[in-house]
Amino acid sequence: MKSVILSAATRMLVPAILALSVFVFWRGHNEPGGGFVGGLLAAAAIALLEKAEGRARAARALRFDPQSIAAVGLGCAVTAGLWGGLARGTFLKGMWPFYDIGLPFGSIFLFDLGVYLVVLGTIAAILFALEDAVSTDADPGSGGD
Amino acid sequence: MGKPEAGDGQAGLWRLVPAVLAAAAFLWFAGFVGPVSRGATPEAVLPWAPSLGVEFSLRLDGLSLAFALLIAGIGAICLLYAAAYFRSDPRLTKLLVTLSLFAVSMLGLVLADDVVTLFLFWEGTTITSWILVGFDHERASARAAALQALLVTGLGGLALLAGLLLVGGEVGSLRLSGMNAAGDLLRAAPIYPWVLALVAVAAFTKSAQFPFQFWLPNAMAAPTPVSAYLHSATMVKAGVYLLARLSPAMGGTEAWFWTLAPVGGLTMALSAVWALRQPDLKMMLAFTTVTALGMMTMLIGVGTPEAVLAAMCFLIVHALYKAGLFLGVGMIEKGAGTRDYMALGGLRGALPLSFAAIALAALAMAGAPPFLGFVAKEAGYAAAGDLAVAVAALVLANALMVACGGLVAIRPFFGPVRSPKARPADPDWALWLGPCALAMLGLAFGLAPGATERALVGPMAAAVTGGPIHAHLALWHGFGAPLVLTLVTYALGVGLYLAADRLRGGLAAAEPRLPRTEGWYDAGLAGLTAFARAVTRRVQDGAMTSYLRRTFTAFALLVWGALLLGQAFRWPSLAAPPDLIDWTIVILIVLSAGLVLRTTSRLTAIAALGGIGAGIAIVFVLYGAIDVAMTQLFVEILVVIFIAIAMVRLPATGPMPFRPRDAAVAAALGIGIAAGTLAMLGTDLDRFMTTFFETASYPQAKGRNVVNVILVDFRGLDTMGEIAVIVIAGVAAVAALRAGRGALR
Repeated sequence: MKSVILSAATRMLVPAILALSVFVFWRGHNEPGGGFVGGLLAAAAIALLEKAEGRARAARALRFDPQSIAAVGLGCAVTAGLWGGLARGTFLKGMWPFYDIGLPFGSIFLFDLGVYLVVLGTIAAILFALEDAVSTDADPGSGGD
Repeated sequence: MGKPEAGDGQAGLWRLVPAVLAAAAFLWFAGFVGPVSRGATPEAVLPWAPSLGVEFSLRLDGLSLAFALLIAGIGAICLLYAAAYFRSDPRLTKLLVTLSLFAVSMLGLVLADDVVTLFLFWEGTTITSWILVGFDHERASARAAALQALLVTGLGGLALLAGLLLVGGEVGSLRLSGMNAAGDLLRAAPIYPWVLALVAVAAFTKSAQFPFQFWLPNAMAAPTPVSAYLHSATMVKAGVYLLARLSPAMGGTEAWFWTLAPVGGLTMALSAVWALRQPDLKMMLAFTTVTALGMMTMLIGVGTPEAVLAAMCFLIVHALYKAGLFLGVGMIEKGAGTRDYMALGGLRGALPLSFAAIALAALAMAGAPPFLGFVAKEAGYAAAGDLAVAVAALVLANALMVACGGLVAIRPFFGPVRSPKARPADPDWALWLGPCALAMLGLAFGLAPGATERALVGPMAAAVTGGPIHAHLALWHGFGAPLVLTLVTYALGVGLYLAADRLRGGLAAAEPRLPRTEGWYDAGLAGLTAFARAVTRRVQDGAMTSYLRRTFTAFALLVWGALLLGQAFRWPSLAAPPDLIDWTIVILIVLSAGLVLRTTSRLTAIAALGGIGAGIAIVFVLYGAIDVAMTQLFVEILVVIFIAIAMVRLPATGPMPFRPRDAAVAAALGIGIAAGTLAMLGTDLDRFMTTFFETASYPQAKGRNVVNVILVDFRGLDTMGEIAVIVIAGVAAVAALRAGRGALR
């Protein structure tokens, strides 16, 4: 059930939502937002794409296997924890190596990125699996899992 | 690297890396032999959980050092052997990685001075052993053996943790050295019998003592290098290590003697007899390993300085010859095609190196002079002294070891040539190097018993008895009872060897009529699975509504319990009366809820649920919780999408029946949550944390959004746990959806 209106809207909306998601993620440290909400927004964009253009298109837009994305996210968070752990002896201690030159990158950013990826990857994985489970016209060519 | 192994895809220097690392570790540890034998005990301590008194602490004394040398040295040999044994096997990487992990765990186990550190590494060896026993995981028997090893030794791990924490509570130190220093306090404590029982269970499961002994022969499902390393030289000695390590803290009592000595003696005698039953050389060696472990347990139970010295000497001997024999049998298997000695014969010309390595190791096992095995056996007889039962059991076990030594060293190599392989030959250098080195070491140690004692066995025994010991190892003790017993042992052993075929037949015929010691394990496992199945059948009926009903009932009980048992309920004071917009939201939410209850269309119900969520999100916005509102809104959107996808496949329903029970549960939970929230608002809110987060957020965490800073920085560990749960839940959901695919079509 492809809808032209939905398709056309999606083409404009998805980049906008994704940009918004990155923006919300980025501003999260000082203003409302953050990794969790950002991840939810990105997942919503993927869900919209999936509904409008089909699962294969959404999987292609995501590029990587969603569960791998979630796993990488968890890895980011653990790495962020170990970073402080190894450098300062306290697991998850915040590290800000570039703060003095004005760049807010560090272990906290990495941790938040991990949250973002976990949320995005997990929701996308469940979404795709759910779609596979309910789709009557099974198309094995769509791949992705 | 002598021969280029072109084209097998696994060739390359990398596969020798673990062996080289282990050899380097061996050399590093060897550097400590001098200082430790002079009484030094180097320590390394890292704080871990200071609030609990838990440290990551390592300590090197005579006992630890000897074990570390065995683990690293035999590890290097077995890792080299494994790299050659599985050269063309695609699973080589997995094997080497797991073996290396095991080696690290085992080193940690023997070096640990802190109880929790010890437990961590102890479990590490259990888990890696499970993976390695089940290495051929496509065979059901290997999987069953792996599971058995895991469950039996895992049970021991739990007992170990409980026992050592009890000791820690009693003596006020989680350090093993601290416990050993407070032995008198512990032995007089009322919990001593419990602690002893728990530690004994841990040691008996790990070191395969009766009634837990059956897992070790079954674990021979593992590949040969694994069996040689884990199940003869190192891991199975962890239980013996534990007993030896805790001897100063717990040993020397009647209870200690009567727990260890009978079990060790029984295990030793029983398994020595069953070793003769095995036509498979590897299985025979496995049973003699249980024999040896029983002997060490018994001697530690006896606990006199002579007995401890004999036990420690035998421990070294056994590790050397048993690893050599296992690896040697693996050479026979590679070179001639089987390990069944009935199908082998006359191979000494074709496999000269295998023959040499096995013959030397078998002589050590038989306790022939001048091998260290002879020294250890003599010391054992001297230590058993006037305990007639112990002496008899020792003679029987040693005689059977003589017979087994004969079977493994003579049967495959003498007589008419028999071999499944047409052209039997010695395998590659990487396979024979290790066994030959081990055999030579066994001989060298025996020729210099004084040096062996000063460097290795003496410091070990001193660590176990808690003081310097005055007994000594020697090749020649003069004429006396031990020498007579040795001669009796040889005579009996030769007799048993000559009668081996008849004895094997008799034992095989008797086996089905005897009670299986494995019976309790099988029955326990069957009972546990039956219980689990019954519970699952009762609880998991497959209907979503009943899961929700149970979850919500339990939740409602918790909430009402807290409400009724907690502080008296107080209405919150409203700062300002609700104005128009508040009422509008309330009406929106109430109407949506009513619509959910009344509608017969799923789509309407979902949209109405979204309305409730949106109403709550607006409340959050109005009261300044923008982050929460955003999250709430996007979750609502995604939930609607998910339900919409799932709904496509749900059968259409007519009007929904009214279920009073479900309504009661829903009402109880809903009213409970509302009352709980109000009650929370009615308490005096302690603003300490709020103030802290507000003031500390920017200076300490460089962020102005307090909510986000709490999530990713101040309470980052919680968040990490939560995202781990998200990933796990996602994996489970995807798996459940994939499993349900067939059913839906």
